[in-house]
Amino acid sequence: MTAVADSISMERAAQDEQQYLTFIMAGEEYGVDILAVQEIRGWEQSTVIPNAPDYIKGVINLRGTIVPIMDLRARFGLDRVEYSPVTVVIILKVDGQHGERVMGIVVDAVSDVYTIAEGTTRRAPELSEDNNSVFIKGLVNVNDKMVILLDVASLLSIPGRLSDN
Amino acid sequence: MSIDLSQFHQVFFEESFEGLDVMESELLALSPESVDAETVNTIFRAAHSIKGGAGTFGFMQVSEFTHQLETLLDEIRAGQRTLEKSHVDLFLQSVDCLRAMLTSLKDHEAPDMSRAEELKKQFIAILKGEVASSPANEADAPAPETAADAGPEGWVVRFIPSTDLLQTGNEPFRMFRELQSLLEDGSQLQIEVDSSRLPEFENLQPEQCYLSWTLTVTGAINKADIETVFEWVVDECDITYRRLGEAASADNASTDNAGANNASDSSSESESSSDAANIATDTNNVTVASVAEAPAPVQAQITSIPVADATQAPAPKPAKSADQSSIRVSIDKVDSLINMVGELVITQSMLGQLGQDFDMSRLARLQEGLSQLEQNTRELQESVMKIRMMPISFAFSRFPRLVRDLGAQLGKKVNLVMQGENTELDKTVMEKIGDPLVHLVRNSLDHGLETTEKRIASGKNETGTITLNAFHQGGNIVIEVRDDGAGLNEEKILQKARDRGLVAQHQELSSEEIHQLIFLPGFSTADVVSDISGRGVGMDVVRRNISELNGTIEVKSNRGTGSTFVIRLPLTLAILDGQLVRVRDQTYIFPLVSIVESIQLQKQTLNNITGSQPVMKLREEYIPIVRLDQIFHLRHRNESVDDAMLVVVEGDNEKIGIVVDDLLGQQQVVIKSLEANYQKVSGVSGATILGDGTVALIIDISGIGKKIEHRGAQPGKEQAA
Repeated sequence: MTAVADSISMERAAQDEQQYLTFIMAGEEYGVDILAVQEIRGWEQSTVIPNAPDYIKGVINLRGTIVPIMDLRARFGLDRVEYSPVTVVIILKVDGQHGERVMGIVVDAVSDVYTIAEGTTRRAPELSEDNNSVFIKGLVNVNDKMVILLDVASLLSIPGRLSDN
Repeated sequence: MSIDLSQFHQVFFEESFEGLDVMESELLALSPESVDAETVNTIFRAAHSIKGGAGTFGFMQVSEFTHQLETLLDEIRAGQRTLEKSHVDLFLQSVDCLRAMLTSLKDHEAPDMSRAEELKKQFIAILKGEVASSPANEADAPAPETAADAGPEGWVVRFIPSTDLLQTGNEPFRMFRELQSLLEDGSQLQIEVDSSRLPEFENLQPEQCYLSWTLTVTGAINKADIETVFEWVVDECDITYRRLGEAASADNASTDNAGANNASDSSSESESSSDAANIATDTNNVTVASVAEAPAPVQAQITSIPVADATQAPAPKPAKSADQSSIRVSIDKVDSLINMVGELVITQSMLGQLGQDFDMSRLARLQEGLSQLEQNTRELQESVMKIRMMPISFAFSRFPRLVRDLGAQLGKKVNLVMQGENTELDKTVMEKIGDPLVHLVRNSLDHGLETTEKRIASGKNETGTITLNAFHQGGNIVIEVRDDGAGLNEEKILQKARDRGLVAQHQELSSEEIHQLIFLPGFSTADVVSDISGRGVGMDVVRRNISELNGTIEVKSNRGTGSTFVIRLPLTLAILDGQLVRVRDQTYIFPLVSIVESIQLQKQTLNNITGSQPVMKLREEYIPIVRLDQIFHLRHRNESVDDAMLVVVEGDNEKIGIVVDDLLGQQQVVIKSLEANYQKVSGVSGATILGDGTVALIIDISGIGKKIEHRGAQPGKEQAA
């Protein structure tokens, strides 16, 4: 973790450190705030929600709670892949306006947990044609690899109904 | 004294509202002809606790107002005054007024005092009638109930020094001056001397003290402060403290400061008063001081008590204690829960032990343990559900009052009979059924029951009867509202419906069909629109509210003998009787209550209107047909509907046929929210978890109905999808 604290005083780094869980999708490594991660599960068949956006795979029963599952590849407009028994669902929770919201995201594989100082993240370059930039909190270099940090709150927000009304 | 009293406000309000309910129901049982001492006592006790609580929490308007009510009650209780009907009416109005005041206070608003002042004047007027005789009486004989009461400010100190007080160097007048110096502006010290112990002049010893004093302190002062004045002489005198009594109140009623002065209390403070009482007293005094004038410095510590004075906005209260609804659960239910959890723990440890060194020889024991676990779980589930259950008397309790008032207003004699008050139902259902029930009862009173003259003319008992009945039937609760009035006037209803174009001129309808007409929006047969009912915004709303609860309402009526409204409701909103259906590879659940019938779909009976909306002729009706797979945009695997089933459902008074692939089974399902983690989905009211652990969606019938209307407006959109 020596590469992390490069341009910033150690003192501040210690204060603003945050742990991120990273996962792999289409060869890239993405990170989400580990405090937002509730659990990691294998993929299971979900119940289709009528007229939902195509990236919402459906809902599953998570110990009695109805939890929607989002295909992150579809959300980011990446190519789809067939789900296999090793396909991973990360269950995320975030405090919303109406209390806690829980949602699962389907990713290719879970990678690692990094401790990242707040100041080391860099803003993602503004790409006007990229609709996904709203989800990106920043970029960070870990062991000479680029990790894309995602903003969980905006990731879990579903824009108004698309195919209905 | 820095206890944050606001944390107890919620409890106070709950208890006060309960107390008001008790007062109301007991008042209704009270009549001038038969004054039951126990009833009066119950009312008195309820009023007394509200007053005490209000005083403790600094809601002075409430405690002052309740005090007047209590004074009159006390006189009735003590037999000094006979109860009149006007008193009961006044008490009932006061209950309403108090309820309104408490509601405002609960919402952190300043209560509207105009009504309270008016009622207070009436109380004082009644009380004045006997004021001349009562003061002495009350001053001498304080009320027997001397519970830790939080009456407002002011003390009466009876100071009887021993005769040798002066010899120990104590000077009563110095003490009185000291007491005077303690008083704030606006407070008063009245001193009365009692010279009855004074001996004949020849026997008088000049060094002895024969006098005794009664000191009346009006205004904000702590008992502890008064005590410090007399601290040095406690051993040499007989001193009693009593809160400012009734007598003082009557005398001071005319002063400008009525707000502060009226709020006095007849009950005496016994020396054994608990710490709690002292806390209460202190709080009161501080609060009252701020009502009377500038806030006392001590108030800074207890800013969370809303001082609901007209000149002072209520203090802001922390948001956390906002409107948390709570339920009272009887200790029996909690005990049985604890027992069951105990059993569950035993089963769990038994299974745990079994699992540590398991071999096949113990299989039978494992199975036994598992079945025990199953039973424990089921029992626990039932008990937990029962916690939410409350007797329907909570919903019924408002009706005696309502019927009494409305009956008086309409000049009808009505007897209300309530049966099955202990029938339990879910709290949420109870809250939502209240308004529809009120509406039905009002309707029965206004339209159902005839006027007294008509009743006599038709040979009926001149007193009409309205019966509220509740009972369990299957998994439902049934509530009946029955009257022995004239019944529904079928000709009149039919005529009205024809006038409004709801029914074709020459269409003949059966009695049941006519009865159903009253549930149509905007339908009223009342000749005159009264302020009770008849505006025509009624039965359709009742019906909608009930169907929102997954319930049904029907009416039975006989000309001349009355009508009965029967409401059927599920016991709880958390569980629904569902019909499982299969559409493509998905399972959906239809609320069983909305299903009219299920039939095999026959293609030749289908017609298309304007090419987009298929309808089917079902007997003499055309009903719109929807295909669930289409409106839900499921992947189409086959287009054929030949072997499909048609489920005819009714929602919002309209029948719809829904095409499904197969009917599966019927079962009770636990309703889970889809919105909690996702969002509202049109056409779906919720989700549930099936026995195999998968999620199935529950169909919202009226939502599907709206979808058709929507689709009718935009044909072509569906094809594109």
